[in-house]
Amino acid sequence: MDLNKRYTAQSWPDHPETATLEGKNKFVGFWLLLAAETVTFASLFATYLALKDRGPDGSEFTAAGLFELPLVFAMTMILLTSSLTSVYAMYHMKNHNFKAMQAWLGITVLLGLTFLGLEIYEFNHYVHLGFGYTTSAFSSAFFTLVGTHGAHVLFGLSWFIALMIRNSKRGLNMYNAPKFYLAALYWHFIDVVWVFIFTVVYLMGVIG
Amino acid sequence: MSSLAQKKGFGAVIWDYLTTVDHKKIAILYLISGGFFFLVGGLEAMMIRIQLMKAGNDFLSAGLYNEIITMHGTTMIFLAAMPLLLAFMNAVMPLQIGARDVAFPFLNSLGFWLFFFGGIFLNLSWFMGGAPDAGWTNYASLALASEGHGIDFYSLGLTISGFGTLIAGINFLVTIINMRAPGMTYMRMPLFTWTTFVASALILLAFPPLTIGLFFMVFDRLFGANFFAVNMGGNTIIWEHLFWIFGHPEVYILILPAFGIFSEIFAIFSRKRLFGYTALVFATILIGFYGFMVWAHHMFTVGLGPTANAVFALATMIIAVPTGIKIFNWLLTIWGGSISFTVPMVYAVAFIPSFVAGGVTGVMQAMAPLDYQLHDSYFIVAHFHYVIVGGVVLGILAGTHLYWPKMFGTMLSEKLGMITFWFFFIGFHLTFFIQHFLGLMGMPRRVYTFGADQGWDLFNMISSVGALFMAIGVLVLLVNVVLTTVKNVRVGNDPWGDGRTLEWAIPSPPPFYNFAQTPLVRGLDTYWIEKMEGNKEGMVYAEPLGDVHMPNGSIIPLIMSFGMFVAAFGALYFLDDTKPWALAVLIIGLGITFGSMLVRSLKDDLGFHITKEELIEDAKRGGNTDGLK
Repeated sequence: MDLNKRYTAQSWPDHPETATLEGKNKFVGFWLLLAAETVTFASLFATYLALKDRGPDGSEFTAAGLFELPLVFAMTMILLTSSLTSVYAMYHMKNHNFKAMQAWLGITVLLGLTFLGLEIYEFNHYVHLGFGYTTSAFSSAFFTLVGTHGAHVLFGLSWFIALMIRNSKRGLNMYNAPKFYLAALYWHFIDVVWVFIFTVVYLMGVIG
Repeated sequence: MSSLAQKKGFGAVIWDYLTTVDHKKIAILYLISGGFFFLVGGLEAMMIRIQLMKAGNDFLSAGLYNEIITMHGTTMIFLAAMPLLLAFMNAVMPLQIGARDVAFPFLNSLGFWLFFFGGIFLNLSWFMGGAPDAGWTNYASLALASEGHGIDFYSLGLTISGFGTLIAGINFLVTIINMRAPGMTYMRMPLFTWTTFVASALILLAFPPLTIGLFFMVFDRLFGANFFAVNMGGNTIIWEHLFWIFGHPEVYILILPAFGIFSEIFAIFSRKRLFGYTALVFATILIGFYGFMVWAHHMFTVGLGPTANAVFALATMIIAVPTGIKIFNWLLTIWGGSISFTVPMVYAVAFIPSFVAGGVTGVMQAMAPLDYQLHDSYFIVAHFHYVIVGGVVLGILAGTHLYWPKMFGTMLSEKLGMITFWFFFIGFHLTFFIQHFLGLMGMPRRVYTFGADQGWDLFNMISSVGALFMAIGVLVLLVNVVLTTVKNVRVGNDPWGDGRTLEWAIPSPPPFYNFAQTPLVRGLDTYWIEKMEGNKEGMVYAEPLGDVHMPNGSIIPLIMSFGMFVAAFGALYFLDDTKPWALAVLIIGLGITFGSMLVRSLKDDLGFHITKEELIEDAKRGGNTDGLK
C-alpha cells in the first residue's frame, strides 16, 4: 500500500477501515478480541455478584451503604458523551476530514480524562473511608471489576493520544484509517461495559 | 532447513528464527519447544511411576511428589500438547486454505514467544525455591495454603502463556474467515482446517475465564486480595468454576485438532473421500458448542445440588453423540478403501479403540451418583489418560509422521516409526488399562505411596513397566528424528503419493511465500480433483503471476514477551520484605512490554514485495529456498 497516495473526499472509500485486506483482518480480529473481552468482564461481573457485601465477621461495608449515585451518574454521562463524540470523529474520518476528526478525538480524550479523574477521586474517597483493596472479599471484587474497566479507559486514552500525535502531520491514509476506527470501536466497548457496571454495581447496589 | 539456510552462518539462522513471522518457521519453533516440554513432562511421568512401582517406596518425598504430579499435568497440557498442536495448525492450515501466511504474522510470532517465556518462567520454579504443588487444577483451598512461590510461578507463567494462546486463536480464526483462496468455501475446507477453526473459537472464549481466575490467584497471594480467602468473605468455589469453565473446553481444544489430523489420515491412506464430510463438520461444531455446557461435571462432589448435577450429567452424556458420529464416519471412510498401513495410518487405526475406551469411561462418570464413587480415584486417572494419550498424543505422533516431510522436506523412517508405535501403543495400554482396576479397588489419585497390605503392588508394577515401554518408544522416535535429519533424503511435493489437499500440491518445505499464484479451489479435496483430471501442475490458478506482498520480520515480539517475563518476577517478589527491588522490576518489565507495543504502533511496517521476476527465478531453483530474503 502506498502511504504517499493522496486522497480527496471524493476518492476516499466509503469504508476505509475495511478497504484493504489488512484493514479487513484487523476489523474481524478486533471484533473477536472484543468477544474475548466480553467473556473476561463476564467472569469479573459473576465474581463480583458472588462476593457482593461479603466480608470478614463484623465488616460494615455494603454496597447500599457505600455507593452514592450523583458522582457516578455524572461519570456515566461524561463517558456516554465521549462515546458520542468519538462517533462524530469517525463520521469525519469517513468523510476524509482529518482536522475535524482530530478535534472530535481531542474532545473525546478530554472527556475520558475527566472520567478517569473522577474515578480516581471516587476510589480515593473509599480508601479514606477504610474500604481498601484488601479490606474484604467485596472490596477486592469491586476494585478489581471497576479498576479493570478503568485500566481499559487508560489504555484507550493512550491509544487515541498516540494515534493523534503520530499522524498529526501526515493526515489520513489507508494504513492509519483502520487504526483510528478500531480505537473508536474499543472506546465504544469500554462505554458499554461501563453501562453494565453502572447498572449492576451502582444501581443494583444502592437499591440493595 | 532450506538449502540456503545451511549456507547462512549459524548466528544468522538463529537471528532469522528469533525474528521470523513466517508461519512455517513459527511452526518449527512450536514443534521444538513443545517437543522439549513433552520430554520434560515425560521425565516427570517416569519419576511418578518409579515412585509408585512398589509399596512404601521412598524414591521421592511426599512434597516433591506433589510438585512432580503438578508439573507433569501442567507441562503436558499447557506446554506440550497445546504447542505441538499449534505447530501443526501453523504449519498446515494456511497451506490447506491456499493462503500466503496467517492474517497477523507479527501476532503469530508474539503468540509463540509469550507461550515460550511463560513456559520457561513456570519451569524456573524448579530452581528458584520449589515448583507448584497443588495439582494441575490448582484448587484455591490448597493453593492459598501452599508455602513458597511455587503457586505464583504457576499463576504468572500460565497467565503469560495463556495470552500467547489467545492471540494464536484469534489469528487462526481471522485467517480462516478472511484469507481462504478463491473457491475455498467453508464446506470445502479440509477437516483439519475446520477443527482448527472450532478449536480456535474455543480458545477465544475459554482462555479469558482462566486468565481471570489466575489473576485472582495472583492478587490473593501477592497483593493481599480476598477472592478465595473464606475468613475475609471469599469463596474458593469461584476458582473451581472459572478453572473448569476454561478446563473443559480445553480438552476439546486439544482433541479437536487431533480429530482433524486423523480425518486427514483416514482419507489419504484409504484413498477415499471422507465419509460423511458434512456430518463430521457439524459434529465438530456441536462438540465445540456443548463443550461449554458441561464444566460442572468436574464438580459433582462439590455439592452444587441434585438439580445442577442432573443438568450437567445430561449435557455430558449428549456430547457422546457427535463424538460417536465421528467415530462411525471414520470407520466408514476406511470401509472399502484401498488402505495402506503407513505409520500415520497405524496410529489412526489404533486411536479408534483407544479413544472409544476413554469415551466410554467418560460417559460412566457422567452419571453423577457413580461419579461420587469414582471421583479422585485412579479410575479418573485412567480415563483422562485414555482420552488425552489415546486421542491427543496418538494424534500428535501421527501428525508428526504425516507432516514431517511437509515441514522439513524429508521423511521419517517408517521402520523406526513402527517400532515407536508398537512400544508406545503397548506401553500405553499396559500403563493405563490396569489403573481402571486400581481405581475400582480404591486407590486414590495423587497419593505418593501406598501400603504393602493394600494389594495394589502388582498392578502398580505392571503400570510402571508400561510407562517404561512408552519411554522406549519416545526414545526411538528421537533416534528416528536424528537419523532422518542426518540422512536428509529430499522428497517432492506429495511424498505420501495420495495427498488430497492443497498443502501437498506445493514443494516440501514450501517456499516462504507458499503459493507463487493463489490457487483456485474447485471442490473438496482440491488437489485430488486436479490429479484425477490429469492436471500436471496440481493446481489451477486464480490469478496471473504477479508481485507478492510479504510481511517484514521483527524482533519486537520477543522483546514484548521478555518484558512480561521480567514483570512476572517483580510481581512474584512483590510482598517479600527482603526484596525491595521487586516493584522496580515489575515496572521495568511492564515498561518494556508497553514501550515495545508503542514502538510497534508508531513505526510504519508495510512489508515488502517479491517481484514477478524473482518468483520466476525462484521457481527455476526448485522453489524451496529462502533465496529472496
